[in-house]
Amino acid sequence: MNIAVCVKQVPDTETRPKIDPSGKKMSEEGVKWILNPYDEFAVEEALQLVEKNGGEVTVISLGPAAVEPTIRAALAMGAQKAIRIEAEENPADPLVTAKALAEVLKQGNYDLIFFGKQAIDDDYAQVPQMVATALDLPCATVVVKLDIEGEKLTVEREIEGGKEKLSLSMPAVISAQKGLNEPRYRSLKGIMKAKKIPIETVQVELASGQLEIEKVKFPPEKQPGKIVGKGADAVPELVRLLHEEAKVI
Amino acid sequence: MSHILIVYEIRDQKIKKVSFEATSAGVDLANQLGGTASALLIGSAVKDLAPEAGKYGVEKVFLIEDGGLEKFSPDVMASAIAQVAEQVGATHILMGATALGKDVLPRTAFLLNSPLVQDIIGYQVNDGKVTYLRPMLAGKLHTEVSLSSAYHLATLRPNVFPVKESPSSPEVSTLQVELPAPKAVVEEILAEAGGKLDVTEADIIVSGGRGMKGPENWYLIENLAEVLGAATGASRAAVDAGWRDHAEQVGQTGKTVSPSLYIACGISGAIQHLAGMSSSKYIVAINKDPEAPIFKVADYGIVGDVMEVLPKLTEEIKKLKSE
Repeated sequence: MNIAVCVKQVPDTETRPKIDPSGKKMSEEGVKWILNPYDEFAVEEALQLVEKNGGEVTVISLGPAAVEPTIRAALAMGAQKAIRIEAEENPADPLVTAKALAEVLKQGNYDLIFFGKQAIDDDYAQVPQMVATALDLPCATVVVKLDIEGEKLTVEREIEGGKEKLSLSMPAVISAQKGLNEPRYRSLKGIMKAKKIPIETVQVELASGQLEIEKVKFPPEKQPGKIVGKGADAVPELVRLLHEEAKVI
Repeated sequence: MSHILIVYEIRDQKIKKVSFEATSAGVDLANQLGGTASALLIGSAVKDLAPEAGKYGVEKVFLIEDGGLEKFSPDVMASAIAQVAEQVGATHILMGATALGKDVLPRTAFLLNSPLVQDIIGYQVNDGKVTYLRPMLAGKLHTEVSLSSAYHLATLRPNVFPVKESPSSPEVSTLQVELPAPKAVVEEILAEAGGKLDVTEADIIVSGGRGMKGPENWYLIENLAEVLGAATGASRAAVDAGWRDHAEQVGQTGKTVSPSLYIACGISGAIQHLAGMSSSKYIVAINKDPEAPIFKVADYGIVGDVMEVLPKLTEEIKKLKSE
């Protein structure tokens, strides 16, 4: 099997973001970068499939050379190849990203293309679906279970209050949700091996963006509330406040 | 002239509430821009649902009815929406930011060569120009976004936009589109046992964290949720420990929620959790540690042991409900 996994470098979940002086993006100063958590499930699934069926896994990411540590993090899990699509910065418009990825992916003749269900920085949750549409491929998103029989895929995707079972066939695009598998730890051996894998750099002409971020701001700050009291004795007062003051029950 | 097209979500022959939220927002946007708003219903038999759309002020209701739509396919729906948008001259396409809307609308966006503003929580019209407000980093930051594309596409976060009744007598018409062969098909919907309410759709959420000490104590959360008609949620710590399913996880690597009431039980309030729930209208925190960060965002807090507070809270609310 020939599998591609598209990954993104994102700020660690513990990050308390600051705003860039331009007011149009998050400040990158002092940010600790990680492999997007949902992408780890994507990489893991690809690796398990290749371990079972043979083949190789190619990690693909779009961005400047500064995203290479994240590509290496995916390689350290066990992927064999890596491609970085050159871009000065991460495009604000997800359609631009999707078109660039599709351009590179169509040359790879992949049986499966994995993504994380969304990047935890801009939370767009749309690049996988756009790439699938660009390549005219079937696509299932937010996948928590995947079974393969020959060319046929049966997947379960998470929906409100349950799951949807879909059937599709390869080649296909899958976006991974937490629960799909248990991502492996990166072993020291894996990390050392990943250092020696060359990252191929490709140039793609980026489309012009049609989505602009005008302003980044902090959400309205919540007014500090009150401590109603201590222990079970405070419950009647809490219920009164919820009923009479907040009127939510 | 602006033409706002609202794509309805239908499950079990019922229109989802978020579609009415999107309609109210769409009608308002049409009024502000000096345009018109229409509803689009797609399915194998949707005609009977058309009058419902009239309660919220759309001028037209478009129907796509086809037996082939009985088995749902996201790519077919995406194509149908794109074709309708072109046929009726839509300028804006709105849909709920649900599992369905978030899956389908990016595909439509690609077909229309326009980006999608996913999961908006607000919008503003200035001199005929719309900016959309959406969270990033699960709500740690908000961004104002503008579009220069041929179409404006947006999904609207459930429970954020108010539903405003504004009865109209819309003209209902059935449109013809060419449905492509489906590439992926939904074979079956596997509902959670007991038809569990999802955290993203719930008006009240009772959520538990590490302070619950183990899955065996979750009946306390469930009992309270039951008397409130609430959904149950969990922190990442509780999910990673294997106590609860990931579908319940609230936070940056789980779901972002905006219920009217969020009751955090034994949750300390890590930044990634706060990001996912701090836009709730009211937050109650119950935690042993008075220094827990959750109290900084809570409207009402009780410092105490969840094991003692929860049964009492369930009992008191039961009492209130029976009055």
